[in-house]
Amino acid sequence: MNTRSLLAKLGPFLGLVLVIALFSIPTEVRGYFLTYANFKIILTQTVIVAIGALGMTLIIVSGGIDLSVGSGIAFTSVVGALLIQRGWPTATVVAAVIAAGAGIGLLNGAAIAGLRMMPFIITLGMLGVVRGAAKWLGGNETVNYDASVINNWMTTPDPAGWSLPAGAWVALAAAVGTAVMLRQTVFGRHIFALGSNEATARLCGVATVRTKILIYTVAGAFFGLAGLMQLSRLRQGDPTVAVGLELDIIAAVIIGGASLSGGMGTVLGSMIGALIMAVLRNGSQQMGWPTYFQEIIIGVVIIAAVFLDRLRQARSA
Amino acid sequence: MATRLRLSGIRKAFGATQALRDVSVEIAGGEVHALVGENGAGKSTLMNVLSGGCAADGGVMELDGTPYAPRDTLEARRRGVAMIHQELSLAPHLSVWENIMLGAEPQRGGWLNRREAKAQARAALARLGYDHLALDRRAGGFSIAEQQIIEIARALRTEPRVLIMDEPTSSLAQADTERLFAVIRQLCDHGVSVIYISHFLEEITRLAGRYTVLKDGQSVGSGEVAGTTQAQLIRLMVGREVTELYPVRAAQSGQTVLEVRGLKAGSRLRQADLTVAAGEIVGVAGLIGAGRTELVRALFGLDKSTGGTVVLEGRDATGRTPGEGWRAGLGFLSENRKEEGLMLALSVAENTVLPKLGKFGRLGWLNRRGMESAAGGWIERLGVKARGPAQRVAELSGGNQQKVALARLLEYPARIFLLDEPTRGIDVGSKAQIYELIAGLAREGRAVVLVSSYLPEVFGMCDRIAVMRRGELVDCLPRGAWTEHSLMAAAVGTAA
Repeated sequence: MNTRSLLAKLGPFLGLVLVIALFSIPTEVRGYFLTYANFKIILTQTVIVAIGALGMTLIIVSGGIDLSVGSGIAFTSVVGALLIQRGWPTATVVAAVIAAGAGIGLLNGAAIAGLRMMPFIITLGMLGVVRGAAKWLGGNETVNYDASVINNWMTTPDPAGWSLPAGAWVALAAAVGTAVMLRQTVFGRHIFALGSNEATARLCGVATVRTKILIYTVAGAFFGLAGLMQLSRLRQGDPTVAVGLELDIIAAVIIGGASLSGGMGTVLGSMIGALIMAVLRNGSQQMGWPTYFQEIIIGVVIIAAVFLDRLRQARSA
Repeated sequence: MATRLRLSGIRKAFGATQALRDVSVEIAGGEVHALVGENGAGKSTLMNVLSGGCAADGGVMELDGTPYAPRDTLEARRRGVAMIHQELSLAPHLSVWENIMLGAEPQRGGWLNRREAKAQARAALARLGYDHLALDRRAGGFSIAEQQIIEIARALRTEPRVLIMDEPTSSLAQADTERLFAVIRQLCDHGVSVIYISHFLEEITRLAGRYTVLKDGQSVGSGEVAGTTQAQLIRLMVGREVTELYPVRAAQSGQTVLEVRGLKAGSRLRQADLTVAAGEIVGVAGLIGAGRTELVRALFGLDKSTGGTVVLEGRDATGRTPGEGWRAGLGFLSENRKEEGLMLALSVAENTVLPKLGKFGRLGWLNRRGMESAAGGWIERLGVKARGPAQRVAELSGGNQQKVALARLLEYPARIFLLDEPTRGIDVGSKAQIYELIAGLAREGRAVVLVSSYLPEVFGMCDRIAVMRRGELVDCLPRGAWTEHSLMAAAVGTAA
């Protein structure tokens, strides 16, 4: 029993080790793949998906889904670029970008809980609405600005040095915060209850409508934060960026052991899921595999991860 | 002891169906009050009204002398009325203590006080003598019996005055049942009133102090369990006049066409032996959950059988798929018309010809006109009230939908009909037509297995009647050898 539950917890982690081991076998790649500099690149490449996966973990654990994340990231990064253009102070820009993300989440949550509609439908609609709004806001082109400290958050002054970019630390801090919230607060436990059995949660007096709205709003704030990192990486607000990114984010959460039907999922798992995706991309590039091959590999990994997870579930049930 | 809960003149209708006509019950503090009645007598509706699941149309409820009319289950719980459902309602992914404390977590500014929560959960379990349960384990990993205890512990947290238990032992082993009884007695010692719904009269005799019998939505008798025989209870449950809905038909039987030996399918169907001859209608009676539906599903191949043999018209037909079932001459009518039996969004024609759609195709092109004329023929012959074969089934009434479902079996055509609750939820007029149709099948020499929860229907239609109890087919006798009384006794497992 104990070894089994330990194995269940380690599952995604073993997957990560396996993927790293895979790319460490060919000698021509190993030399660079296993360096700290490459590790730093992988971490930096993970930041946006990882922060998005934090929000998505909340939503998926509660039994929901959000397909509008890519659009939300584009929208918030355009908002950020416009505000920098107008000379707003950095702290205000950060707050406004996160608030814009939370606003989109609030709309999603209010529509889902208030109109009692499927999250899939609402957020599929919002995917178009928010993308359109981003293009409208940016005048249908990228929004450029002169300079901002925000540009430095996804790089380090010395690429070969030990220091990590600020974005990686932000993601790490957000992950710890989310894990604590999911575990230690009443709100966090109600997210699990909602995903596990919504009728029971209601019966026991959980304010399901309010909790749902709050879940999508908090998740939206995370997507806004991811938009900020997107802005920092591109150094411009691009309304056409991050198309389909929500699928990578959902995949990371699912590879991390969450169940699409709700009630299950961990922050650690989702973070490892995000890392697995980044390692696969990075490794494939260094192997010189064409992008279409990477796409196939990542697709197979998603299916394999969920299949293995189901086997594990069936055995422990 | 003082009256805890008083119900008088409770009425409730769903559309044209009067589920509760006039129910009056009085329950004392700290007693186990048994609520008994046939399938469909109105027990579940009454308990729903009581636990806030739906509002009564009329009548008065009083709890400890004050008016009681809960708007929802939450309010009922706050007033001290909690229900343990037959289907457990735990959050399977959450731990034991989280399930017990859900919605009432001790907290400070949103931060969970884990230690306090666990202590309270432990205390609730301790009241039931189950404080050894591992608080941190996922609730979904426990046995049904233990999950039930977790649910009772959760109900105890709100200090209930009335605890409703609906068939709590239906999926419990004997030892677990004993332990549950001990828990219930303990609750009563603490002053909790327990309303205990069960089909198993021996449990009621052992556990309950008083009883109320429901029949056709009315309370028809109540009293002390001590001094009342099980036979008296059964008489109260089934005593009714039988209306003349059923066609007269001379019993006839030809060759045996269906032979079932020791059929098993999972835990719900443990043992069934049955033979059916051409031209014969064999009823399958029993309580809900006794394995009747599982029997016909396994016969048809919808559920995988785990043992036993099925011989169809002399050929071994064990372990087939539903497609092979059709081809072997079986026709299955689901008890769940709306979710399984029909595709509501599709037309009458498509629903009628689906199992033999290939016959209406040529080189992959469907002959729509052929489909519609085939369906049109059945609309006429069965008197389906529809605009035409192209009308969507969802737009038809329940009775007409059921005729379409039957038309599918006739169109194929099936030779052995497995009909699961063919008249459930349909109006009396359509019922009579469906009875005539079934009788006609038998006259033409086809074999019918008729699963029904409604005893008059079983007695009115069948040549022989099989009774199932707890997953076993216990007896199959000619109709004349049964009385409603003896059949009910066989279904609940007592010597009449």
